[in-house]
Amino acid sequence: MKNRLKVLRAERDWTQAQLASELDVSRQTINAIETGKFDPSLPLAFKAARLFGQSIEDIFQDEAGA
Amino acid sequence: MHTQTNDARPRAALIKRNTLRLGYWTLAWVLSMAVAAFGPKFIWDFHTLPTVTAILINLGIGVGMILANKQHLQGLDELQQKIQLEAMALSLGVGLVGGLGYSLLDTTKLISSDAEISHLVILMSLTYLGGVIAGNRRYK
Repeated sequence: MKNRLKVLRAERDWTQAQLASELDVSRQTINAIETGKFDPSLPLAFKAARLFGQSIEDIFQDEAGA
Repeated sequence: MHTQTNDARPRAALIKRNTLRLGYWTLAWVLSMAVAAFGPKFIWDFHTLPTVTAILINLGIGVGMILANKQHLQGLDELQQKIQLEAMALSLGVGLVGGLGYSLLDTTKLISSDAEISHLVILMSLTYLGGVIAGNRRYK
């Protein structure tokens, strides 16, 4: 699964640690999601979507369907 | 929000607190195990009442340790839980296969010494530790 988390974070000039704090996860988790090593759960994806004011589909894209 | 520079502070604090609590429970359990194992021989000369008491205390503290471990796991975020789950699955599998294989070596007299449960505990512990390290490296 691809995602735009890194881009959205960079647009706001946030560090991984700041985003991790907002989403209540570890920095390791943010890094793993950004690098595509780990796919977040639906609740975490919704949380990220709410934080960035976008829909889940705008942030996360299924590579198989792309 | 964006004045915060450290890693996810509330969760980090929770994890630290839960880890410390788990450490205390584990230490208490190990000590109570030592008392129950060596007390009969070295302290109270195999009297039944203190032996039963020591074993019951060990079991009680063991329950506390299990609950502390559960609380620790629940405090982790989803990636950390996944790493723990994979490490525990690996440890369980290796423990089951390795433990029964080891037992077979004993029952079929292929090894001269008795199969010791402590060897199984060491195997599972090292496997779990290796699994956690490998998981953390994978998702680094």
